[in-house]
Amino acid sequence: MNWHQLWTIATTPDNIPITALLPLVLFYLWLAFRQAKGNDELIAQLEADPALAKTHHRKTWPFRPGWQKEVHVWPFLLRMEFLAAIIVTAILMVWSITMSAPLEEPANPNLTMNPAKAPWYFLGLQEMLVYFDPWIAGVVMPTLIIIGLMVIPYIDTNPLGSGYYTLKQRKFSIGTFCFGFLILWVSMIIIGTFIRGPGWQWFWPGQTWDHNRLIYEVNRDLPDLFGITSNLGKGIFGAIVVGGYFAIGGFVMTALFRRKMPRDWRRMSLLQYQIMMFLMLTMVALPIKMLLRLSLHIKYVWITPWFNV
Amino acid sequence: MADDDVKVSGDGARSPSNATNGGAPKNGKKGIGIIVKEEVEAFRAEMPGKVKEQIESVKDPTKTQLYTSIFRHKRDETPRNRALGVLSNVFLHLHPAKINRDSVRYPYTWGMGGITFYLFIVLTFTGVLLMFYYHPTKVQAFRDVLYLEHDVPFGKILRNMHRWAAHLMVIAVELHMFRVFLTGSYKKPREFNWNVGVILLVLTLLLSFTGYLLPDDQLGFWAVTVGTNMARATPLLGNEGPFGSQLGMTPYNDVRFGLLGGSIVDANALLRAYIWHCIAIPIIASVFMIVHFWRVRKDGGISGPAPVMLASEADKPRRAQSAAGA
Ligand code: HEM
Repeated sequence: MNWHQLWTIATTPDNIPITALLPLVLFYLWLAFRQAKGNDELIAQLEADPALAKTHHRKTWPFRPGWQKEVHVWPFLLRMEFLAAIIVTAILMVWSITMSAPLEEPANPNLTMNPAKAPWYFLGLQEMLVYFDPWIAGVVMPTLIIIGLMVIPYIDTNPLGSGYYTLKQRKFSIGTFCFGFLILWVSMIIIGTFIRGPGWQWFWPGQTWDHNRLIYEVNRDLPDLFGITSNLGKGIFGAIVVGGYFAIGGFVMTALFRRKMPRDWRRMSLLQYQIMMFLMLTMVALPIKMLLRLSLHIKYVWITPWFNV
Repeated sequence: MADDDVKVSGDGARSPSNATNGGAPKNGKKGIGIIVKEEVEAFRAEMPGKVKEQIESVKDPTKTQLYTSIFRHKRDETPRNRALGVLSNVFLHLHPAKINRDSVRYPYTWGMGGITFYLFIVLTFTGVLLMFYYHPTKVQAFRDVLYLEHDVPFGKILRNMHRWAAHLMVIAVELHMFRVFLTGSYKKPREFNWNVGVILLVLTLLLSFTGYLLPDDQLGFWAVTVGTNMARATPLLGNEGPFGSQLGMTPYNDVRFGLLGGSIVDANALLRAYIWHCIAIPIIASVFMIVHFWRVRKDGGISGPAPVMLASEADKPRRAQSAAGA
């Protein structure tokens, strides 16, 4: 166990944000789910007792009939904002005094940095470069992430859970978002920071970074596995596999969705549903491709003269 | 008032003395001695009143003209004036006068939107100070950073604060988005503001990324090289991307060339990064923030904490609605 290596990574000044990100995300997750649990219990109680539901103020925070529903911004909100500003300033001050921003040697195009890492918030995309060609990892995926985020309000037709934390009323949307944010975004950042070493190779935390390590990995393409050799055959085969993934995946998901979530199914228009399914299947394709690569050493699924997937 | 009485009687006492003492010189001019004496008397009679008046006004500065010209209303502890205090201040009027009693509770918003905005202000402030010392040229950029680190008073803290605040801002935006999602705050009527937010998220990341190159060190150089190499692979628009070469893309005319102002990360790339980082993106982001805050207000303030809704109260399914309409 090379603690020194781990310590070096964890305390590299530019990695401190990630070392901070992890506990922060966990803390806020806990805070959110604690409130969600409270609200869900309240919802269950009110659903069991319609008479109570008519009169209840419907929050987990205390409220008495005589109390005002609104408070003055001055001072009740402004003092919170002021306090937050002071605390953030204090943290920044201490951080800036105790730790210096990194400055490497002057830029030198002839001296490659190894590993050359992107800023931490792009490490998820850089990690995807292992599994996908740059046009997918660097261009298509960011575009789809942005589009995917933007369409969320228009494809989530569930009217429940607006303005309060809940888990029960929005299992599907919260599950999907958490999968994207926590597993595909945050954990990839952590892998990119703590695990990827020289040559972008996998070094377990505590393993020494060996700059001369070579791994002989024979990667195959999926068509090769099936003995397809002609270019035309590869192109058609890949199109069928990818198309088949979306067709069969879409069919299975739809069957599940209709059974498990009949209300949402009824609420959604065809366009809403198709956009959601396309984005879902694309998102799920990432871990599938990663698995294919890690277990079967598959490099490409679909090979054409112009692009490879 | 008593003071006024004093003053009036003082005047009254003076005028008769003028008349009697008036051994008026021939030319109608008073002797210098008389003038001095008059003045001293007047002074003694009026000053105590004036001083007292001045002291009184210092005791209550809100009555002074200076104060009333700045603040447009009285300061007292009435609900009306508390509200006015927020509404008549250009910086505070982004807020409503009153808000949901529970939305000031920290666990609901996590304060992350406000913290993001505060960090943006900190970054603008420290960034402008850094600009006083920084030249975006290959010859000087790196030296300027060294100069800041070693010679400029507080230069090191300045640079550190700018760097760490930038990292914190990215964390805060992501957490802000997460909480907006978890509270379902993107739902009707806030769909549009969520989209403005997504754009702000992208702008925040771009701000941070363009700043990365500016020290002109190995870290920034290689991060930006790796980053912009991906632009080479843009479908249609990059020379190595799908269908790029078929559309006539070369390293000298594709998107990457446009981003870097050249085919390698060099002086032009530094200048472009500088202009995007210090001028263009901050302005664009400010505009979007203005819209974002405006929409938070117009959409009815922040979404909650709202009373929970029961499944039985959810709106009727779409089909039933259209069936009823038909
Ligand atoms: C520079 C970045 C941003 C700034 C300065 C900012 C600032 C704020 C502030 C101050 C609020 C008031 C409530 C709160 O503090 O939580 C707010 C609300 C909101 N923000 Fe942002 N925000 C930013 C980015 C985003 C992003 C990335 C999203 C989502 C993708 C987003 C979506 C929203 C929405 C939907 C609301 C209304 C929330 C509600 O009604 O509860 N914003 N924002």
